[in-house]
Amino acid sequence: MRYLLSEAENLIEYSVLIGGKAGDGIAQAGQLISSLFSELGYHVYQYTDYPSLIRGGHNFCIIRAAEGPVGAHRSGIDFILALDQKTPDLHAQDLNADGTIIFDSSRVKASGQGINIPDILNLHQGLPIMGNTAIIGAFCRCIGIPWDRVSVVLGKKLQKESEKNLDIAREAYGRVKQCTDVTACPGGQPRPLLSGNEWIGIGLLAGGIDAYIAYPMTPSSGILHYLASIAGKAGIDVIHPESEIAVILMALGYSYAGKKVAVGTSGGGFCLMTEGLSLSGMAELPVVIVLSQRGGPSTGLPTYTSQSDLLFACHAGQGEFPRLVVAPGSVDEAYFWSAQAVQIAWQYQIPALILSDKTLSEGIFTSVSLPEIPAPIIPDDYASPYMRYADMPDGISPPLSPPVPGEVIKVNSYAHDLFGITTEEPEVVVEMIEKRLRKSLHLASALDRPGAVCIGGISDAPVAILCWGSVRGVCLEVAQSAGLRVISPIVMVPFPALEFKSAMKGVLKMILVEDSTTGQLSQIIAREGYHADAMILRYDGRPFSVEELYEKIRGHLK
Amino acid sequence: MSNDTGLMTQTQNTWCPGCGNFAILHAIKSVVEDLEKEGHSKENIVVVTGIGCHAKIADYLNLNSFYSLHGRTIPVATGIKMANPDLSVICFAGDGDLYAEGLDHLIHAAKRNIDITVICHNNRVYGLTTGQYTPTSPYGYRGRSTPDGLHEYPLNIIELLLGSGASFVSRAYTRRLPHLKRIFREAILHTGFSHVDVLQVCATFYNMAAWYDERVYESSESNAGMFEFACRASQQWNYNDDANIPLGIFYQVRKPTLPEKKQGVAPDRMELVRSLIESAI
Repeated sequence: MRYLLSEAENLIEYSVLIGGKAGDGIAQAGQLISSLFSELGYHVYQYTDYPSLIRGGHNFCIIRAAEGPVGAHRSGIDFILALDQKTPDLHAQDLNADGTIIFDSSRVKASGQGINIPDILNLHQGLPIMGNTAIIGAFCRCIGIPWDRVSVVLGKKLQKESEKNLDIAREAYGRVKQCTDVTACPGGQPRPLLSGNEWIGIGLLAGGIDAYIAYPMTPSSGILHYLASIAGKAGIDVIHPESEIAVILMALGYSYAGKKVAVGTSGGGFCLMTEGLSLSGMAELPVVIVLSQRGGPSTGLPTYTSQSDLLFACHAGQGEFPRLVVAPGSVDEAYFWSAQAVQIAWQYQIPALILSDKTLSEGIFTSVSLPEIPAPIIPDDYASPYMRYADMPDGISPPLSPPVPGEVIKVNSYAHDLFGITTEEPEVVVEMIEKRLRKSLHLASALDRPGAVCIGGISDAPVAILCWGSVRGVCLEVAQSAGLRVISPIVMVPFPALEFKSAMKGVLKMILVEDSTTGQLSQIIAREGYHADAMILRYDGRPFSVEELYEKIRGHLK
Repeated sequence: MSNDTGLMTQTQNTWCPGCGNFAILHAIKSVVEDLEKEGHSKENIVVVTGIGCHAKIADYLNLNSFYSLHGRTIPVATGIKMANPDLSVICFAGDGDLYAEGLDHLIHAAKRNIDITVICHNNRVYGLTTGQYTPTSPYGYRGRSTPDGLHEYPLNIIELLLGSGASFVSRAYTRRLPHLKRIFREAILHTGFSHVDVLQVCATFYNMAAWYDERVYESSESNAGMFEFACRASQQWNYNDDANIPLGIFYQVRKPTLPEKKQGVAPDRMELVRSLIESAI
């Protein structure tokens, strides 16, 4: 089905699938392949599919490399690398007509090029896990990448026992024959290649965080692991406490003490954080929460994707308080909006949520064009005696953190007066509520500006795909081929009504694409007076391939 | 809040007459005044409270304060201390608050020996929600949620803290004021996690003043560095039986604490970001 799309545009692109058992190092092998293509100047997207277990099972990665930006995989595969029998059994049907299977002949029966991996490992006294390096060596020879180039990438990416790994890859490289000629991408150059979680982590650093606090939960843990690995170098605190309740409350402690802090979790952990979220709103203590969605409800589908927590994120927490919710749709945006979330949270003293999902968080992407991060806003100076909740025209009270000689700094979860002392006096309660409300209004007008809604595809087409978050990648490709507009809000709360209205100009028909059962974005736009004419919803935890979505969209265009 | 150097705010006090909280407020005020005279700055103190009658102390003390959620003094205090190790962070919590809703935080704070002080206003009853049982109420306690009597034995919180790795474990009583002050002072000056379980009465729902007065005694602290002695002291009264109740510092040792001293100078942030992106190519 590839002809539908890329041949018309005549772009060079390759899709590679590597599969094996959990424990075979499939994800790492996928990253090596991604790095090879990035080194050759291609844009790269890698999808990793794995069940929630440690050993056994079937894991696979799809690596797609292309001349232009990519944010989705294709149904058709050019090269299959098989470390287990399930790989050809499940995926050989997706092999393109001129495709090739490379496999471990000791474990897999398939037609294509077999190499005996145990034999190669024995020769070089390699560990079983190094079988993944062997199959990559064979793959590189098959696609005609000169060994010099292969050894540079492998040497750079394989930190542990790189000599032995290189010997194993070299041995496998010599045991297969070339089947095609993949050359460097014309005009391409190597781009930074990282997981969505790592891009979010770097964005948080660019926003100025002093600390990151999280309890492990798939698919958000990558941020915790990444920031912990560079904490010393970056001079930040990274803490893994006893629960998500402790996470958010500790973060508010940091916030009170004048430090910028972010936390990360998935839906279940976010449930536990909601009392802290509401406290952040009431006490006006800024915090950034990364909510990386997975299939729900409850424990749900831990390692598969979903967009079903949108309304939960927008409404979580008792009472009414201002918040920011942003949903980046690419890694460039994940970087930019993670930094912005920190800056906006601290400017307005509110909780800010960054919505990600398994597809974005654990997908591996090359960046396209990273936006500049604006300089942070310097808060106003305080008047003495200090009032933590001084009633300012824009609702933003000058912040202050202990210790300050001669001043007392009080924050409070109860309704409180300007000093932060508990009150039940109706006039004071109302004054403070309206102060927080004015922050909401200022935030809404500051954020309803270009960039709050992404417009893509054919920007004046009368039929539009409406989407948000990671789904945008596949929607953009389909829209380009099918001649459709893409409208994708990035700021979800406060909803950018004017930007959305302008994006909708001339739209006669709108199709919502979302990884949920109810099309939650349709409920948000309904408040603005719009409705989706059709909805394409997916809830099996798997992202759409370009071809799958194209077929679905075509059904709605007749 | 005001630049007034006094330690009390103008807020009207709404505790019941005879409440044990007054003694705790008075004791902490007096300890902080003494510390100020010795050169400690009161702006370096942060008070963190939970929710319940005890927590009103945040409104009454003219000190930096974080009036937190029910059960959530400790994680807030931990965050503040980790963020700024120069601050002296004191949690005031209730027994329902600390030993029920927030018990996991207490155990983990003791385990990680975070350098904060926790003072529990242990009146063994929920006051603000009108007299229900707490984790330290005795077997058979009749409250509005247990009208037929409680079928649980109380937690021996001193045993629990010793088992969790706390480096300062103590008990005090609101009607032994000089002793209470001394214990507060020692707890605040201790480096590492310090805990004071303060027996107090709830004048309205559980007034045990006469019962405690007959049983409490100030125990010797000469063996406070020895874990076995501390365990034995913790078992003299199990919060249920009719026994003599020892007060004092049962256990105090020096152990590695959090936060650790920070070293090195953080690099320019955008420089770091650029280098991280560069190294991903």
